Amino acid sequence: MACQCSATGEFDLAPLMEILSEYKDNPKGALIPVLQKAQGVYGYLPKPVLETIARELRLTTAEVFGVVTFYAQFHLNPRGKHIIRVCQGTACHVRGGAKILEAVSEHLKVKPGETTRDLEFTLETVACLGACGLAPVMMVDDNTHGRLNPLDIPGILDSYLS
Amino acid sequence: MTKYARLASAADLRKVREGAKHKIVLRRYDRQPSDKKFQILVCGGTGCTSSGSKSVRAAFEESLKKHGLDHSCEVVTTGCHGFCELGPLVIVYPGGNFYVRVKAEDCEEIVTKTVMEGKLVERLLFQGRTGKTPRKTYKEMAFYSLQNRLVLRNCGRIDPEDIEEYIASGGYEGLAKALEMGPEKTLEEVKASGLRGRGGAGFPTGRKWEFTRMAEGSPKYMCCNADEGDPGAFMDRSVLEGDPHAVLEGMLIGAWAVGATEGYVYVRAEYPLAIHRLQVAMRQAEEMGLLGDNILGTDFCFHLKIKEGAGAFVCGEETALLQSIEGKRGMPRPRPPFPAQSGVWGKPTVLNNVETFANVARIITDGAAAYTSLGTEKSPGTKVFALTGKVTNTGLVEVPMGTSMRQIIFDIGAGIKGGKKFKAVQIGGPSGACLPESLLDSPVDYDSLTAAGAMMGSGGLVVVDEDTCMVDLARFFLTFTQAESCGKCTPCREGSKRMLEILERICDGRGKEGDIEELERLAHTMQQSALCALGQTAPNPVLSTLRFFRHEYEAHIHDKKCPAKACTNLMEYWIDPEKCIGCGMCARACPVNAISGEKRQPHVIDTKKCIKCGTCITKCKVQAVTRR
Amino acid sequence: MSKTVTLTIDGQTLTVPAGYSIWEAAHQVGINIPNLCHHPALRPEGSCRVCVVKVKGARNLSASCVTKVAEGMEVSTHTPEVLAVRKNIVELLLANHPRDCLSCARSGNCELQKIASDMGIRKIPYNYNRPPMKKDEGNPSITRDPAKCILCGRCVRMCSEVQGIGVYGFTWRGINSRVSPAFDLPLDKATCTYCGQCAKVCPTGAITIHNDTDKVWAALRDPEKIVMVQTAPSVRVGLSEALGGKPGDIVTGKMVAALRQLGFDKVFDTNWSADLTIMEEGTEFIHRLKDGGVMPMITSCSPGWVNYMEMFYPELIPHFSTAKSPQAMFGTMLKTYYAQKMNIDPAKIVSVSIMPCTAKKFEAQRPELSASGFRDVDVVLTTVELGQMIREAGLNFQALPDEQFDPLMGVGSGAGTIFGTTGGVMEAAVRTAYELLTGKGLDPLELAPVRGMEGIKEATLTIGKTRVKVAVAHNLANARKVCEAIKAGNPHGWHFIEIMACPGGCINGGGQPISLEMDTPVKRQEALYTDDRNLPIRKSHENPEVQALYREFLGEPNGHKAHQLLHTHYREQIRG
Repeated sequence: MACQCSATGEFDLAPLMEILSEYKDNPKGALIPVLQKAQGVYGYLPKPVLETIARELRLTTAEVFGVVTFYAQFHLNPRGKHIIRVCQGTACHVRGGAKILEAVSEHLKVKPGETTRDLEFTLETVACLGACGLAPVMMVDDNTHGRLNPLDIPGILDSYLS
Repeated sequence: MTKYARLASAADLRKVREGAKHKIVLRRYDRQPSDKKFQILVCGGTGCTSSGSKSVRAAFEESLKKHGLDHSCEVVTTGCHGFCELGPLVIVYPGGNFYVRVKAEDCEEIVTKTVMEGKLVERLLFQGRTGKTPRKTYKEMAFYSLQNRLVLRNCGRIDPEDIEEYIASGGYEGLAKALEMGPEKTLEEVKASGLRGRGGAGFPTGRKWEFTRMAEGSPKYMCCNADEGDPGAFMDRSVLEGDPHAVLEGMLIGAWAVGATEGYVYVRAEYPLAIHRLQVAMRQAEEMGLLGDNILGTDFCFHLKIKEGAGAFVCGEETALLQSIEGKRGMPRPRPPFPAQSGVWGKPTVLNNVETFANVARIITDGAAAYTSLGTEKSPGTKVFALTGKVTNTGLVEVPMGTSMRQIIFDIGAGIKGGKKFKAVQIGGPSGACLPESLLDSPVDYDSLTAAGAMMGSGGLVVVDEDTCMVDLARFFLTFTQAESCGKCTPCREGSKRMLEILERICDGRGKEGDIEELERLAHTMQQSALCALGQTAPNPVLSTLRFFRHEYEAHIHDKKCPAKACTNLMEYWIDPEKCIGCGMCARACPVNAISGEKRQPHVIDTKKCIKCGTCITKCKVQAVTRR
Repeated sequence: MSKTVTLTIDGQTLTVPAGYSIWEAAHQVGINIPNLCHHPALRPEGSCRVCVVKVKGARNLSASCVTKVAEGMEVSTHTPEVLAVRKNIVELLLANHPRDCLSCARSGNCELQKIASDMGIRKIPYNYNRPPMKKDEGNPSITRDPAKCILCGRCVRMCSEVQGIGVYGFTWRGINSRVSPAFDLPLDKATCTYCGQCAKVCPTGAITIHNDTDKVWAALRDPEKIVMVQTAPSVRVGLSEALGGKPGDIVTGKMVAALRQLGFDKVFDTNWSADLTIMEEGTEFIHRLKDGGVMPMITSCSPGWVNYMEMFYPELIPHFSTAKSPQAMFGTMLKTYYAQKMNIDPAKIVSVSIMPCTAKKFEAQRPELSASGFRDVDVVLTTVELGQMIREAGLNFQALPDEQFDPLMGVGSGAGTIFGTTGGVMEAAVRTAYELLTGKGLDPLELAPVRGMEGIKEATLTIGKTRVKVAVAHNLANARKVCEAIKAGNPHGWHFIEIMACPGGCINGGGQPISLEMDTPVKRQEALYTDDRNLPIRKSHENPEVQALYREFLGEPNGHKAHQLLHTHYREQIRG
């Protein structure tokens, strides 16, 4: 296959092609799982990846872009090594979830949706983590931190720095 | 690596059941002096896992090994017990001694005392509401004894990653029986049970299935909505984590009844453990010939796939969910056609939620008559609620339909935390309503809730106390709705934005004359004209708080006061000079040095400097700092 | 299931075909339920909710465009409650819509503006606080102003479902929802063919035609310039609608008079160069048929279609006829033949064309279309822009006398006139090719199988001993089917294919007046066939001015000079 010129230069599309090969014969409904797997490999969904997915699954790039921007899970830009998700659910809200978010934001000097300059952390909010009994809660990567107090935040976050 | 042998018939299934009984038998009986075998059940639900139950399990294993008990005492990881507040939870069988907030360093003591000597570790028992009456077992705890756990029967009681434990406790008998009964009689039984969809609106499940059975088109699909997105709800997650086979069995029975051969479980990606348990369960069921081709040796085939959501609340709406399964933007489409006629890929499709499916096997095994004996006439069975917020016991509770809200909150939930006053309970998530004290005694069932202007929703119950501002709570829900609106239809996309704007200005103290009326007008427009149920019900939190707590809105708008002293712009922090002991903790903690005072003298907050961060309140040992 | 359904709407009992929406049923009895996302040419979506009505027994109001009629249904379309809800919905849309109606390209025929006016909205109760959005003016054909988008999705459905391209999609979510090409690319970087169908269905000023009238006014003001204009076949049937007339009015004479009054030095007819195109393209086809050239041959006069092929099926480029489009041929001849004949310095000529087409603006800018040493066409105006110039000049169009085109390039045959509709180019080509090959006139002259609005039409002709199979496709989704068939080895055995990018052909081009009536394209089509029947000359090769051109200037069709001036080439476009 002809190279898609320098725009794709920095991306090794081989792993993507491997993901896509699984769906080649049955592209029906494959878009979201393919995007999930591709993001798993690349950490985010750069343009050449999306263009390749569109071409291979026989979709328009507008459809693919539309799906990527619809779902909160997909990202068009690189993300931090650690993903912080502060719960904004009802239980967390009534137990001070906003203060937790503020504390994280303050400590890392980023707003929700942003990534720290050193690419260590990306801060996000989440509607509900479903761990309301532990409110207020945040998740860092796959770890849930519950019964939080704003004062706990710096210590928890620093523990993730290598 | 096949671990389980394929079952060729119902008789094979029953053989396996007999053979596996030993796995769960200890959990039935009280402790006898002669007991030589033990099981330690460690909760592996999301709540307990995040509180450290994995290290607890490891500590038990180490300790048992040390004492040479690793052959006579087994450590079993179970699903959620529902009492997440007190996790990690540990139960020792036989006897069922129930330990809460167990840490790795407590395990040695539990092994030496409880397992080896049959004694209790008093300090790890649940201390009861007063903190003075330790409870030894489940049965002694109001939280559990007042529940009726039908859907949650296996949660916390079996190892969800071992299909034999499920079978040993009667699992897949419903499927076997349904296969013997034939699809028509199976469908009749579900119809007779009066089971109503647990996902929100309470549509009769049997009728939904019948429509799909009658619909033209092949293949038919049986799909499970596990996109539990309501903030404050985690029933479905717990069921999937604690008893995934119950959901699979329900789906299989449904597929058999309607003639479906394909299916999807749509799970939100935020539930990795639930997805894992479901995958394990599906693999085991496939190995045993309970899923896939020629189930239990019959001609019945059912193929199931998991679809992971990608982070969109609206995908809980059925037509949006179907779009998402097809790989599109999860935007609802008008109904009709209903999924029963035209669902996934345009084929007849049943879509029920997790809890609905978890009811099905029981209906078939015990019969519709037994099922209807629970609950009310029009809402038979039980309902699982996620009880959260300012209530003492938070967690999952399952009660018969018709139980009053008061029983749930005050008996099972042990009332309001910290001796505060109950104000309202929010039921049904962003589509639901806030009910005041005056409605606490009305029964909780589909029709009574609708009559009260609320809805069952998926079953989140968020209790709020006097410190919660109802306008702020409505604002919170609208923030959620507005952020999660798919953007397709005008009333929801633009209406929720404008409602939120008005609520924000009211909470900020910028509310003006006519705001309440404008909220009502927008709410009416959305209810009447939004495309999907989520948009139509999005104004409910505003309308119900306006209905029962209108005075709070008025106080914000007219008097620029927040009665709950929760809206930052409408309250100030104040140190009660009578209570202040002048320790200076607050002053040292204040980030803007707004607190001053001599040592051992009452301190004062400079409200001009104060940024209302609330740090002083958390620091004060004598509760001298308050909002006013 | 019965084939009809009886229901009552506002107390009126009516019987309509089963499967009708409430909106369609109401429309049939003269009740126009306002709507914004619905369009008769598109699949209903039910998203704007402006068309809500009360259906007795329903819990909520129902969107009439997506709610099917049912036996015994009782519908009320304008109860006070319905009107209040509708009004609130429109207020919500207006609140997030820029308030610069007075200077908007759609001022005066904006659907949102009209609905707001019909509803008597005098105050917008919410503040405008939409984040600023960038206009896309980076191409010669279509301007996008996303701030004016009300997210009705008509363009999305038009581009993906009718045209089969899918340049636009809904992006982001909720209040941040947008309609945009992937990655928010400008249209010249996306796979846009500039067919302009999106602009034709857009209810507001979010997608509009790039306006070039200023350039024409400037040329008309310049005493050094000689400004000459050609008018495409479909303009005579569309222009009336832009000036208060009905669909299907043929206003050739008034159009010529108006152009003269506006100050054009010469007014010519693109029908003339359509006839010329037939001579070149027909001859090319005969050569390919006789000499075993690349088959099937495909027409190349629709610039949206040319863009489509260059982007999506570049491997099929050898199938294209190399003949330039009538617009380009006209432009070349104007600056060579006409200039020579009239002894005018071609550098002084401003070649203006009036086209039903937005993609023609792009075509005119193709670098290869300058065989005369000058641009074939300097400025392209759409029918809509000409209508605006006539209004701007204050001409009483309907009262103008009928005037004739100027000579030398002003006579067109009936074959030239039907170039404006799907099937017309093929019919015109067959009339000439048949006669050139057999020496006999085609009888009957009208090629019925390629008429009408069917998406892909076919006809088989016996020309002498050869059976020739022709096909006609319109709209780009059908074009795709044709391309796929050719790629699959041409199983239908087609020899000659006509493709037009727009549904219905040029009569319904992106530059034609906007119409919300389903039957407008059909009325325009019928009008062109009537024009054809009424013209004294109905075959391209019988056009005396075309005959004179070959005699006096070009020599033989497809001869050396003709090839140099009237043929072009194509190349792959890589975008997106």
